[in-house]
Amino acid sequence: MIPISWYLLLSAFLFACGVTGFLTKRNIITLFMSIELMLNGVNLSFIAFATRLQTLDGHIFVFFVMVVAAAEAAVGLAIIISVYRTRETLNVDRVNLLKL
Amino acid sequence: MHQFLFLLFGAFCVGGAINLLVQKKTINSALSLIVVMGSLALIYLLLGAEFVAVVQVIIYAGAIMVLYVFVIMLLNAGKEEEVQGSHVAKIFGIPGLFSGGIIGIWVLLQHRPDDKLLPIGAMYGPADKVGELLFTKYLLAFEVTSILVLIAIMGAVVLTRRSRS
Repeated sequence: MIPISWYLLLSAFLFACGVTGFLTKRNIITLFMSIELMLNGVNLSFIAFATRLQTLDGHIFVFFVMVVAAAEAAVGLAIIISVYRTRETLNVDRVNLLKL
Repeated sequence: MHQFLFLLFGAFCVGGAINLLVQKKTINSALSLIVVMGSLALIYLLLGAEFVAVVQVIIYAGAIMVLYVFVIMLLNAGKEEEVQGSHVAKIFGIPGLFSGGIIGIWVLLQHRPDDKLLPIGAMYGPADKVGELLFTKYLLAFEVTSILVLIAIMGAVVLTRRSRS
């Protein structure tokens, strides 16, 4: 017997860690990993509420979130590779021009 | 027993998330993110979401994180560069964060709804039921998702291609 609020607390903590990492880190790959952490926190909320409300729709939503996260990771990492090719850096503070 | 399992894997999640923030090397952050995702999969199993737990391991901890580690090694991403944060953020940020968090928790405790206990195995989320729902109620969204993935594949190929010039 675990209260649903425990799951929600864990979910909120993961989301907060993701936000903190996104705001404080400067490596572009770590920023992307922080976004993944935020998405994972949201997924945990979906599953906890799906169990509480006795419906399977939350599982479907988590599936869609995962698909979007996979697509985002593929495109984002491709962008990181092409940025590294032209700038030779992964620090987001140094990538401040749209045009070279 | 279930509480013990939840607390164990929850502690793994929390530790991995904090380790992701603390580590300076990118590869260490990626490995701690894998720990977070693996223990989240076990928490999904505790909630009875079999399908989601399996997909979490295969797609998140498997495919996506392998892609991340591959890119980290390809780009030879070592230590993060040290940056000087602004002093105002250091002086006001941390106390502000704590006071904001305490106020938020206090407000939420004032309006706490009925915290129904969640029995383990309260819901059994077998893969066939999820698939049935996916191919009936959410069929359109599922098909649109396939187009999204196709566009993502083409985008990744186009973005990483070297220009001919």
